[in-house]
Amino acid sequence: MTPWIIGFSVFFGYPLVMSVYLSFTHYDLLSPPKWIGLANYKYLFNDDPQVGSAVKNTLWIIAVFVPLQVVFAYGVAMMLARARRGVGFFRTIFYLPALAPPVAATLAFVYILNPATGPVNIILQKLGIEGPLWFQSPGWSKPSLTLLGLWGVGNIMIIFLAAVLDVPQHLYESAELDGAGPIQKMRWVTLPTISPVILFSVVIGVIAGMQYFTQAYVAANVASGQASQAGDQTVNNLGYPESSTLFYPVLLYQHGFRFFNMGYASALSVLLLVVAFTVTMLIILNSRRWVHYAGAVK
Amino acid sequence: MRRVAIGLLAVLALSAAAVGANARSSAQAAGKAENLTIWVGWSARELKAFKSIVAEYDKKHSDINVKVVGGINDDKITAAIRSGNVPDIVSSFTSANVGSYCKSGAWIDLKPLLSKDKIDVNMFPKTTQYYTQFNGKRCALPFLADVYGFYYNKKMFKAAGLNGPPKTMSQLTSYAKKLTKRNKDGSIKVAGYNPFLGFYAGNAPDLSAYAPLFGAKWIDGGGKSQLSRDPAWGRMLKWQKNLVDWYGYKKLQKFNAGAADEFSASHAFEIGKLAMMIDGEWRVAFIQAEHPGLDYGTAPAPVDDAHPELYGAGYVNGTIIGIPKGVKHKDQAWKLLKYLTTDSHPLALFSNAIRNVPTTKASLNSKEIKPDARFKTFLQIFANPNSKTSPITAAGNAYGTLIQAFTVKWQAGHAGDLNGGLKKLDKQIDAQLKQAQAGGVP
Repeated sequence: MTPWIIGFSVFFGYPLVMSVYLSFTHYDLLSPPKWIGLANYKYLFNDDPQVGSAVKNTLWIIAVFVPLQVVFAYGVAMMLARARRGVGFFRTIFYLPALAPPVAATLAFVYILNPATGPVNIILQKLGIEGPLWFQSPGWSKPSLTLLGLWGVGNIMIIFLAAVLDVPQHLYESAELDGAGPIQKMRWVTLPTISPVILFSVVIGVIAGMQYFTQAYVAANVASGQASQAGDQTVNNLGYPESSTLFYPVLLYQHGFRFFNMGYASALSVLLLVVAFTVTMLIILNSRRWVHYAGAVK
Repeated sequence: MRRVAIGLLAVLALSAAAVGANARSSAQAAGKAENLTIWVGWSARELKAFKSIVAEYDKKHSDINVKVVGGINDDKITAAIRSGNVPDIVSSFTSANVGSYCKSGAWIDLKPLLSKDKIDVNMFPKTTQYYTQFNGKRCALPFLADVYGFYYNKKMFKAAGLNGPPKTMSQLTSYAKKLTKRNKDGSIKVAGYNPFLGFYAGNAPDLSAYAPLFGAKWIDGGGKSQLSRDPAWGRMLKWQKNLVDWYGYKKLQKFNAGAADEFSASHAFEIGKLAMMIDGEWRVAFIQAEHPGLDYGTAPAPVDDAHPELYGAGYVNGTIIGIPKGVKHKDQAWKLLKYLTTDSHPLALFSNAIRNVPTTKASLNSKEIKPDARFKTFLQIFANPNSKTSPITAAGNAYGTLIQAFTVKWQAGHAGDLNGGLKKLDKQIDAQLKQAQAGGVP
């Protein structure tokens, strides 16, 4: 118990308490924090013009990317569960992208989807289609990030695969005896049995969506063409293009580490914590209606 | 036997320690070299040049060994200061952060050291004095400045029948149209002038490089943002948008995506894909190193048609350098800092190597500065009384982020009414500055 308490206090408890305290201060990282009451929260809710776009972008990722990720991972898992030949090969192929470091994967996607020199648009052009501007366009930047996320869905896919393979065969057999077709079997057998895994991936996906940072940070810097200026921060590329990739954690980073404004960044993080906690609780409470645990007694 | 061995080892260890201690004390007595670390943002060719400047000093001073670390940015500087494990001298390309460094005391106050050595800060030109202090607290000194001017491809000018660079924005527009070449599908092959905000340093989306060319002022006498009240901003944005629209927003985006990195040898101007541009003086050295055969000229950038008298002015900022809180070798650090920033010799040598503008009045006229007609343009822009830098605020360059958020929407045609947008922007900047000044955010 003791090592756990030490770990919990040092790595979770202390930072949490400090974040809450710092959110009521002006703290520039360099001089001691100065108590300013609710000023940070007032600025957050009334005046900060960037919060609106950051929240909208983050909601977009949660509303579009998370469900797509779950459906895609489930779809791939179902295909792999049915494969007769080369099972090991296909499992490896679909899982492999999950091992690519996020920065490298993002760099590769920005390169592949470069509207002028990227192979995707060159091929599209040869087919007579004018490709989109991908990471350069505010309308396409989030879908591009979604593509990147779906490509790297291996971790969730592997959990789904294990769950799908774990569905007892006798349930399918009895459903078949009752005359169930493939869709009915999925609706009444597969989905209820794997519902705990769906719940898990939704909760994890929503939390990861609220913390979406690395890919957005790298893509914005690289796509804007400014990534190589090591020391020059006069141009702020976060959120490029047109604030379309300014997700909530990116905004938090900007205030904390670009503008030396850790007090305000802490206020942003406290709000994030409250929202993440509330949303997770709502999902879990709601899940009681649709998640079935094997052996559970209602 | 074992005991004897242990005893012998103990004696040996003790005598080694004694010898070590003796060596240290005699070294200290003889003023044996202390290790001094200096952090700079430069990398590659420019870093090599800086190292050679420092090596010259190092050679003459046996009491120190200077270690230069390149590729540093402000995140690393802040992290080091917070951890207490700091270098002896730090420098940053982001002069806007001087507000944070001075206000917090993260970079030490240099006033006592300057007064002790009787150094008058008026030896530095006014603009550089401004961006190295905050509210009268001087925690940095200028170490070479960046001055923005105009570059044009002479060969392309000749082919288009143009003599000499444009002097007004309307001329720039007409020259840009003449010099632009398109592919069969309408995409841009060669851009006469690329006005896209975010494309290379001359088009910083906070409009910093354009402001002095239109005489635009960010803040009024009362410290309030005046983007909607100073008509220069509106004229600037309308001029810029007209030219973007002439090219086609999407076509420019595609051109930008295909253009090489700004600091690569395939820079669009250097390889003839761009006929004119606004850029910093450093490009002279980059072209010399990467494409010495390029036939180009430099001049002051064209100015607002309504203010032809501004011709000759440009945007100025530069590298700031100081000593971090918690420094281990303060005296030696100050000596080196003083040498680098106030002595004409290193300033001239480094300026020759990386073609940045030297930052003392004396060094601007130093005989050691290698004459170069193209570089001279920038020395003249630097000396022009209308040349300006952007405001240093308690919020650092955070206001630039708000301006940028608006201007990139504006050029895409997503911002709606210009004056309404600028009014809203003023309110946002005022709220931001008010909070920062009250010790609030940001």
